[in-house]
Amino acid sequence: MKRIISMPYLLFSAVFIVVPLLMVAYFAFTDGDGNFTMQYVANVAQYTNIFIRSVWLAAVATVVCIIIAYPVAMILSRIDVSYQSTVLMIVMLPMWMNFLLRTYAWMTILGNNGLINSFLGLFGLGPYRLLNTQGAVILGMVYDYLPFMILPVYNVIVKIDKSIIDAAHDLGCSSFKTVVKIVMPLSLPGVMSGITMVFVPAISTFIISRMLGGGGNLLIGDLIEMQFLGNSYNPNLGAAMSLVLMVIVLLIMVILNQFDDDVDSVLM
Amino acid sequence: MKKLSKLYLALVMLFLYAPIFVLIVFSFNTTKSHTILSGFTFDWYIRLFNNRLIMSSLLNTIIVAVAASVCSTILGTAAAIGINNMKKLPRTVVMNVTNMPIINPEIVTGVSLMLLFVFFAARMHFEFGYVTLILAHITFDVPYVILNIMPKFRQMDPNLYEAAQDLGCGPVSAFFKAVLPEIMPGVVSGFLMAFTFSLDDFVVSYFTSGTTQTLPITIYSMTRRKISPEINALSTIIFIVVVVVIVTKNLIERRNLRRRGVIK
Amino acid sequence: MNNIISLKNVAVSFDGEKILHDINLDIKDKEFVTFLGPSGCGKTTTLRIIAGFLKPDSGSVEFEGKVINDVPPHKRNVNTVFQRYALFPHLNVYENIAFGLKVKKLDNKEIKNRVSEMLALVNLRGFEKRSVSRLSGGQQQRVAIARALVNRPKVLLLDEPLGALDLKLRKEMQIELKRIQKSLEITFIYVTHDQEEALTMSDTVVVMKDGNIQQIGSPVDIYNEPTNAFVADFIGESNIIDGKMIKDFLVEISGREFECVDSGFGNNTAVDVVIRPEDVDITASDDAKITGVVKSVTFKGVHYEMSVEAYDNRWLVHSTKAAEVGRNVGLSFGPDDIHIMRKREVK
Repeated sequence: MKRIISMPYLLFSAVFIVVPLLMVAYFAFTDGDGNFTMQYVANVAQYTNIFIRSVWLAAVATVVCIIIAYPVAMILSRIDVSYQSTVLMIVMLPMWMNFLLRTYAWMTILGNNGLINSFLGLFGLGPYRLLNTQGAVILGMVYDYLPFMILPVYNVIVKIDKSIIDAAHDLGCSSFKTVVKIVMPLSLPGVMSGITMVFVPAISTFIISRMLGGGGNLLIGDLIEMQFLGNSYNPNLGAAMSLVLMVIVLLIMVILNQFDDDVDSVLM
Repeated sequence: MKKLSKLYLALVMLFLYAPIFVLIVFSFNTTKSHTILSGFTFDWYIRLFNNRLIMSSLLNTIIVAVAASVCSTILGTAAAIGINNMKKLPRTVVMNVTNMPIINPEIVTGVSLMLLFVFFAARMHFEFGYVTLILAHITFDVPYVILNIMPKFRQMDPNLYEAAQDLGCGPVSAFFKAVLPEIMPGVVSGFLMAFTFSLDDFVVSYFTSGTTQTLPITIYSMTRRKISPEINALSTIIFIVVVVVIVTKNLIERRNLRRRGVIK
Repeated sequence: MNNIISLKNVAVSFDGEKILHDINLDIKDKEFVTFLGPSGCGKTTTLRIIAGFLKPDSGSVEFEGKVINDVPPHKRNVNTVFQRYALFPHLNVYENIAFGLKVKKLDNKEIKNRVSEMLALVNLRGFEKRSVSRLSGGQQQRVAIARALVNRPKVLLLDEPLGALDLKLRKEMQIELKRIQKSLEITFIYVTHDQEEALTMSDTVVVMKDGNIQQIGSPVDIYNEPTNAFVADFIGESNIIDGKMIKDFLVEISGREFECVDSGFGNNTAVDVVIRPEDVDITASDDAKITGVVKSVTFKGVHYEMSVEAYDNRWLVHSTKAAEVGRNVGLSFGPDDIHIMRKREVK
């Protein structure tokens, strides 16, 4: 009886989640007249360099996020409990700003007339080309998605049973060894979900690349966007690209799920 | 060691906040320059409030976010109850479908919904706008509502519903008297999460809005043209709103924890 | 005494698996009845059928002679104390107990009187405003009992209510529950897997296994006259030994003949012989029919538990006197101590 009340949602999710994804697949494998074709999927191969660049930039940004976020999570977990939630709130607060505005902020800082170049100009240096570079794109990704790495890692570390740490000390581990041998392995699930939460939006973004990368650093997201709303309207090719992107993301999820099958619980 | 961690934390905070403070500082600058402070003014704020496009897109954003989050809370709560009573296999299938919009890159969700709406718009003679926006927002909101409620069922004593019936409640009133109060925190946090995601969403809206602009879309088109201190003014206001909301939320949470005796 | 609840040919299956086979059971008014059995034996399922949470696939449930199969739980004059109490966390102690009365829309004064009467009964006066999450396990248990009893049910169903409590508290609550049942003069149906609990508290014990009733009887009957080896084994420790019924009143154990009080098994039939450890006496080895070697001795507080190896069997013996490990001893028991049972079905 009670199962019936989920019917509206089941219907909704069929129409708005399943059918649209099937339509992406349909468009990817058909031409404008609805005939089956592999042409568009094959055409995606022409953009291999852009796919590689996307994976590369997103991977670098993810690694940088891990390097910055891990110590932050560790430090947070060791702060006096009564301040902990406050400090965590301060760290997470920028995430609540719209990411367009956060990315825009870096435009004004990195530009040729931006804050950094003007500052360097005072010493007769520059101007350096900071904006519209791959470095700027990575910086934007790190800045926008860093909290998504801090939070899950922190959530896992803070839940590690203190008696496990005590046990490690008791068994002769130094503080450093305890971190390497106990905390790090135990926090792996948090890092895994952090990777998903940073890598997936980073690899599919088209805003960061457009705002900070100029026209020269196109990513998969830009390509897809251009097929649907840009100058080169071609939904079939766009669908094929989306499909490839989904496959890449799914592959990465599958690999990461080997380590952790509880992504959602950390996400919550 | 302690000093080193404090320094590190301070540096990360600087990295996170410096760009936002730059935005805020230059929102009061008399010229459009983002490097030289030439004087203090509220001009950009006045212009912002007189900017019809921004104000109308703000209204659109709120309409869409309220409609979508209310609908998805009702839809999602009902769904969670049903899913919780499902057998293992259908439950796994439904939860996997539910996770799709969360796992999938936003752009794929946006593009796939656009394809769906284009298909129906052509056949049913409607245009992209509120309806498509709200439907798209419900699509990515409902999963968060469901995922917020499901754990509450797991934490709940499985016999509560029966206990209420045992004590004389009919099946419907037993739900409202015994089950709903237990899952309510999940329903509320699901609603709030849905509402925030809707307010904040750019990517999915971008593909499904047609000519109806929400605030993030307007911001995007403004940044495309050129640097304008109006955006800085807008950022400052949004930042203040965010700070007020988050700090209040935290204070309430702390008070609740204190009441329950978890912290002093 | 009249039957208050009768189950007639009740059968239930989940996902094609039979949980209850053809249960027939009469429960007398004002009795303390216990469903006893290992997990998965169907005892909780039977309880849920009586409460109305589960409809039997076939058979009928009768309450005071009327079939109540189609009466929903909220319209039955029975109340349940759930395994993990199922207290409403959003309500305080008073509100929890008053819940059923408020649903029935009794007036506030009546509710107040009856709740405080209940609080007195379960020794929780002064706890009205307390949040249920801040109560100890034993206190939560008392609230759950009060919440059910305040509705003045004719039958109270208790689903392993003491399972989550520690040993000392359990003992206390056992006495407490018995006292409450006596003073209210209503029927208690109690589900447990703890045989000691069942024997201490019940007027009638229903031993169940694999969805079948094995035996119904008073604790003394069940202990002394188990109908089969399963019951014997489940109720207290037992020596279950292969034997052969030579003829009526004569049984062969380990090659020796013993007089017994059982008959009707036929001549030269293989049977299970059940002898309680406390019924076995240790004697000198020379004049005993069965002799063996003491393998271990454990002090159990009141008695010693000894394991004696005799022929191919290991005998469990409870005695207040200990024998030395390694000693050759004799084992003796009287005709009354020998319980003959048909061979257990081979699974």
